[in-house]
Amino acid sequence: MTTQVKSAVAMVGAALLGALLLVQLPAAQGAAPPTPLFWLATSAQALLAVQSVRSLAAFNRPRWMGTLTAALFGLWLLYFWQLLVVAFQVPRVLLPPPVMILQSMLEHWPTLWRDFTQTVLKAVVLGWVLGSALGFGVALAIDRQPFLQRGLLPLASLTSTIPLVAVAPIAVMWFGFEWPSKAAVVVLMTFFPMLVSTLAGLQASGKLERELMHSYAATYGGTLLALRLPVALPFMFGALKINASLALIGAIVAEFFGSPTSGLGFRISTEASRMNMPLVWGAIVVAAVTGSLAYTLLLRLERRFAFWHPSVREAVGT
Amino acid sequence: MADTLPPPLGARLRLHGLPVASIVLLVLLIWYGGAWLLNAPGAIERVLRDQPWGWQDLFTATMAMERPVLPAPHQVAADFWSSLVDWPLDSPRNLLFHVAVTAESTLWGFVLGSLLGLLLAVCIVHSRTLDRALLPWIVASQSVPVLAIAPIVLVILGSLGFAGVAPKAVIAMYLCFFPVTVAMVQGLRSPLRIETEMLHTYAASRWQALWLLRLPASLPFLFPALRVGIAAGLVGAMVAELPTGAQAGLGARLLTGSYYGNTVQIWSALLMSALLGLVLTSVVAALEHLALRQRRQA
Repeated sequence: MTTQVKSAVAMVGAALLGALLLVQLPAAQGAAPPTPLFWLATSAQALLAVQSVRSLAAFNRPRWMGTLTAALFGLWLLYFWQLLVVAFQVPRVLLPPPVMILQSMLEHWPTLWRDFTQTVLKAVVLGWVLGSALGFGVALAIDRQPFLQRGLLPLASLTSTIPLVAVAPIAVMWFGFEWPSKAAVVVLMTFFPMLVSTLAGLQASGKLERELMHSYAATYGGTLLALRLPVALPFMFGALKINASLALIGAIVAEFFGSPTSGLGFRISTEASRMNMPLVWGAIVVAAVTGSLAYTLLLRLERRFAFWHPSVREAVGT
Repeated sequence: MADTLPPPLGARLRLHGLPVASIVLLVLLIWYGGAWLLNAPGAIERVLRDQPWGWQDLFTATMAMERPVLPAPHQVAADFWSSLVDWPLDSPRNLLFHVAVTAESTLWGFVLGSLLGLLLAVCIVHSRTLDRALLPWIVASQSVPVLAIAPIVLVILGSLGFAGVAPKAVIAMYLCFFPVTVAMVQGLRSPLRIETEMLHTYAASRWQALWLLRLPASLPFLFPALRVGIAAGLVGAMVAELPTGAQAGLGARLLTGSYYGNTVQIWSALLMSALLGLVLTSVVAALEHLALRQRRQA
């Protein structure tokens, strides 16, 4: 317990205590117009908050200190958002305070859950799995055809510059308003990154290693399983991670073009036009949490299956 | 350095041009086949109802439907061409008019977002607090569908009285901003320790170190992020045109096409947005080539 640790703990504690005291003021609860005293207290609290984040940022280790710093920063952001929006009485349409967003989420939980199942569990997950599996399959299939590879690769790389979401109206026309049309958009969007990355990954094994496999008289399939696919894993995980956020974007945007009466994108666009902003923010929170959870999950999987790769070893710190 | 010379044009064409051309041809063939298959039920029901017909009649009918399920490539090409040349440039029936509207908001957003990302990256590199507290959030935001905030931005800016290009540019801006920030933080940190220490022994100030060492060193990181950013910005600008019921822009064109079931119009708008994406990215790639050319010579 060094003095640095002690002063940091004291700083954070003081800042949190100050925050608790500040919200007791009538102006902070929107009961009275902001007084000069309130301004003084808010400025002092802002200074305290900055200092508390700085005192935590000074630590290099342990590793979770970085997470803690970022979390404290996020907490302060939410806190001042709440405080200032309530004190200024900003119209709810412009920016609802976080507490109201939370209330609206709790209140409309069944609706949001239905939207979540509609968009994420059906369109996103299915589309993501299908698109990625198709990309992987096609990459494997043309692995032995350099002619097809040279023809497909430039075209597939070009698709990253094309706004593929724009096929959404066509998908809605073909597959109807229900989730299959969204899944189709997601399949199209996730197919190409997976194809390109898998092809790159399959080329990534070194000449020396391939020659070693050859000297073992390994078959094509044996080399693929023992050497080339494991080497390709980090590439494929990279594509899977990109695809996770692409899939969410694709499904949500496709719902802007027409959807049944549930779904995160539908909720966002209709409630925004009805000016029910707390619920819109609630739907966005659901989408954001889904995206980060999917990313974290994939990162865990990657560390488990590609533990030998330098980038993973560096991140884990072994 | 004879081995770094590019191979002659003919060999390169054989090596890369031929496979690409055959894939394109294959896609076109599948497209025609798909148009035939998908349009056949509609054609039988609507066009060939009152007459005896053979398969040739069916084929010609499916290739020239009024509102096909899947328009044949030549139909799309014809509509694309006619919407380029048959109408004056300021008419909403001209695709270039929509391209100009979408490109304007994309480019505004791209420029502002890149500048903002640059500025923030410089701050993050020079401030330990920002690095520890803010950077994790920006990195995490890459896994979040930030595009979903678009309707909120439109409502907020709309009720503040902003209309026209501003809301769309803001959405394109924040989509460009995230990748540029993350890449620039990486790039500004890419100089070796020995290089920063040398500048230190020259008593260079932080600004000089930034200007002389960090910024030039970050360019190879910046340009790939710019390419990602402008493609994301285009998507943002097009999506921003949807909920406002905008009259102009490629996104609005897609939406009106889907309202009126005008499939050929959707496909030519789709083709146009793909072309716009390609052109915008190649402009950035050309800039990259220009900026990094001197470095390669040195």
